[in-house]
Amino acid sequence: MAPIMKVAVIQFPGSNCDTDCEAALKSFSGVEASIVWHKETSLAGYDAIVLPGGFSYGDYLRCGSIARFSPIMGAVRDAANAGILVLGICNGFQILCEAGLLPGTLQRNTGLLFRCEHLHLRVDNTATPFTSVLHKGQVLDIPIAHGEGNYFADQETLRQIEENGQVLLRYCDASGNVTPEANPNGSLGNIAGICSHGRNVFGLMPHPERVCDSLLGGTDGRGIFQSMIEAIQKTKAK
Amino acid sequence: MSNPAITPELIAKHGLTPEEYQKVLDILGREPSFEELGVFSVMWSEHCSYKNSRPELRKFPTTGPSVLVKAGEENAGVIDIGDGWAVAFKIESHNHPSAVEPFQGAATGVGGIIRDIFTMGARPVFLMDSLRFGSIEGDSEQAKTNRRLFAGVVAGIAHYGNCIGLPTVAGEVYFDESYSGNPLVNAFCLGILRHEQIARGAAEGIGNPVFYVGAETGRDGLAGAAFASRELTEESKADRPAVQVGDPFREKLLLEACLELLATDAVAGIQDMGAAGLTCSTCETASRGGTGVEIDIQLVPQRAKGQTPYEVLLSESQERMLVIVKKGQEDVVKRIFEKWDLPYAEIGKVTDDGKMRVRNGGDFVVDIPARSLADDGPLYFREAAPFTPPSALDLSTVPQADPAEVLPKLLGHPSIASKRWVWRQYDHMVRTGTAVLPGSDAAVFIVREANKILAAATDCNAVYCRLDPTVGARIAVAECARNLACSGAVPLGVTDNLNFGNPHKPENFYQLRAAVEGISEGCRAFNVPVTGGNVSLYNESPAGTIDPTPTISMVGRIDDAAHITTQSFKEAGDQIYLLGETGDELGASHYLLAIHGRKEGAPPALDFDKEKAIHAALLGVIRKGLVRSAHDCSEGGLAVAIAESNFGTNLGAAIDLGATDQRPDVVLFNETQGRIVLSTKVSDTDALEKELAASGVPFRKIGEVTAKQELSLKTGENSYSWPVSSLEKTFEGAIPSLMES
Repeated sequence: MAPIMKVAVIQFPGSNCDTDCEAALKSFSGVEASIVWHKETSLAGYDAIVLPGGFSYGDYLRCGSIARFSPIMGAVRDAANAGILVLGICNGFQILCEAGLLPGTLQRNTGLLFRCEHLHLRVDNTATPFTSVLHKGQVLDIPIAHGEGNYFADQETLRQIEENGQVLLRYCDASGNVTPEANPNGSLGNIAGICSHGRNVFGLMPHPERVCDSLLGGTDGRGIFQSMIEAIQKTKAK
Repeated sequence: MSNPAITPELIAKHGLTPEEYQKVLDILGREPSFEELGVFSVMWSEHCSYKNSRPELRKFPTTGPSVLVKAGEENAGVIDIGDGWAVAFKIESHNHPSAVEPFQGAATGVGGIIRDIFTMGARPVFLMDSLRFGSIEGDSEQAKTNRRLFAGVVAGIAHYGNCIGLPTVAGEVYFDESYSGNPLVNAFCLGILRHEQIARGAAEGIGNPVFYVGAETGRDGLAGAAFASRELTEESKADRPAVQVGDPFREKLLLEACLELLATDAVAGIQDMGAAGLTCSTCETASRGGTGVEIDIQLVPQRAKGQTPYEVLLSESQERMLVIVKKGQEDVVKRIFEKWDLPYAEIGKVTDDGKMRVRNGGDFVVDIPARSLADDGPLYFREAAPFTPPSALDLSTVPQADPAEVLPKLLGHPSIASKRWVWRQYDHMVRTGTAVLPGSDAAVFIVREANKILAAATDCNAVYCRLDPTVGARIAVAECARNLACSGAVPLGVTDNLNFGNPHKPENFYQLRAAVEGISEGCRAFNVPVTGGNVSLYNESPAGTIDPTPTISMVGRIDDAAHITTQSFKEAGDQIYLLGETGDELGASHYLLAIHGRKEGAPPALDFDKEKAIHAALLGVIRKGLVRSAHDCSEGGLAVAIAESNFGTNLGAAIDLGATDQRPDVVLFNETQGRIVLSTKVSDTDALEKELAASGVPFRKIGEVTAKQELSLKTGENSYSWPVSSLEKTFEGAIPSLMES
């Protein structure tokens, strides 16, 4: 049986969540995941693309700023423009912002320290291919691990992404309240993840691939991948 | 630039004694070149040669049916874990570099131990760290310096481990005045491999090309191994150039490229360039292979122009490897290292003359029998001072402090308090295998590719070791094993990091010898081999010698995910039991130290047979599914252990320790060994008690988990209670408030 979803996990030099993403994706039936080296130039035949976390190019200069010039990024851009699903996690989110595929940027955490911990996220929009199986207002427990996850955009951009419903996840407390105390890094509007205007590119700082197994602290990350699978299934059924 | 003449001053500056220099003359039959003097200096430093500790290290039990690569044979030992899988693991110190440059010192310590693991052909899967600093409390200059060192070391470990993508899953941090000016930074790495993937650091196959791969050689870390083999002094700051600068991104590429290369058939031998860099890797590979190696300095990729052969040979620039390639397969190296955009160069070949020969273009600057450097170094049998075991503490000299106040004070003491501030800076979840987060008794890690569950812990109570090194070292091994048992694991092997003072001082040498003996007894008792480790001597600052710190890291295996156990209470109504008996000793306890300011008395007694029986009984009931939480009693005793089991749970506990004629402070805070607090479902109590009774270990029910978030402790007629939230706030807030003030 042909797979429902063929996913390319891009491996940049310094990616370190590539095999974690691959393993998480393979835990869904019907998913075929492959690691694709950044020097490749084609992504033909893939239904979805994942830019995993890590420290591409050592985070030198600025997180994601060198990886955006990798040979594969032309194909990622073409795929995004063609409506293929593109998911950027942590460093992948930073690369998507640097590449201009998502608005805004990610700055140094306000506390200046790297933070790795489980925390809560509120789902703000479920009308997207990445959140369709979730409920609006649902609280997810998904860990973060970053030193530069402080989302920033200018006022006009921020207004637009809020109005367009592009903010999909916000840091919140266990009850779903979006409070300053629940914000781990100083992100504007407690933003943890945003999608593109066209809804097919999604970047988030938390790591859903780390919570796809109850033995590893939870399964709250599965909804995001499950949503992607269902979206692709629907597209293919048409 | 011409080389300086070989004078007695130059020889002394290289740390060689007149007798050692005579040995050099005897080996060479002539005066050494400047480069050769440098090579002997680093290869015969304690750091590389273990010349003061080797006779002691031979006492370790190093064999066993599961040992695939023995301690000392290669860069790290390798242990079978079944189904054709094995683990390679080791701990190593980077104390001196961290004292003068905490961030880079700690970062490169992590980088170095990771290289040791992937040099074996193993894929590194997790890290741990054992750290010690002077007190971070107060406004003194010393406390400020200690805070700066602590913050810098943690940031350096985070920098390297997070970037390379390895989770730091466990560790320990202690604060004690003896480490002021001489912090300890011991980094552990474990990797996984198939039996057939074990790589060797031997230069095999006469005529095989020798490749240099990885980062270019610069002037950093010049003669760092020699630096690490001296006491720290006021002038040590001037040795900052002896500290290397790490680049975890380069190492990530090097790691992937080397593992890709090792998966081919092209490699005859591989060795990382760590201490003593190019020098050590060439002569060690030649010595192991029973061959010679000839290299040309001018072919080595170099970061700076105009470096002398001496500098290139002794540089400890990071992220470099030496690879002996099978002749005819040079193109494989080229293809893989070009893919990963890493420098590589063929710099020489394996020869049949047993010599380490270094050419600078035309002329040889080094021509030394390789074996004489690696294996025939000086060996010293140092004098150990006679030791009188400490007398037991006279309890009547210890005023009874009010337990109501003592418990919060202990929980807020930086050595006991939550280390969340530390591990939150480490990515402890990457590689998606962390089944038990930091903060419990042992890390539990699921190795996906092998479908194996591993547990690991690192322990050493240096106060015990100061007061009685043999007993302290035995306890360090026993505590590691106990922590593993609490997580549901059986021990597989041990790696040790022996941190001591200058071995020329007989009292220091006694500590080293006694600790090695204590560790050996412990490992024999638990039937675990020592698979390797590291010795760090000369840990002294102008303020004095550190407390002897033989850090033990133990790795274990859990057979079934259902057996993974943590220290936290799970549900109100669960019944709480204490395994083991509480004695009346208070010597060497954290209570005595932190509350009464006294580091004295005899450490608690340790009975290996009792200890082993407790671990076996605990594992038995865990495997029968009768245990919901298990936590050992260590620093701060029973009261601290019970409080810790409450944290992070929104639960409380009501404990009644029963009638006693013992003082409440003894019952609650003493550190009798071999005790475990466990909880079980009400419905399982009969089965649990039956099992424990059959195993013959002492146990008793001491209370239950409550929905009310209060910890109440009753001993004899005395009752104490605290809101869990206030204890937890003290426990969690202690280090952040010191570090963020």
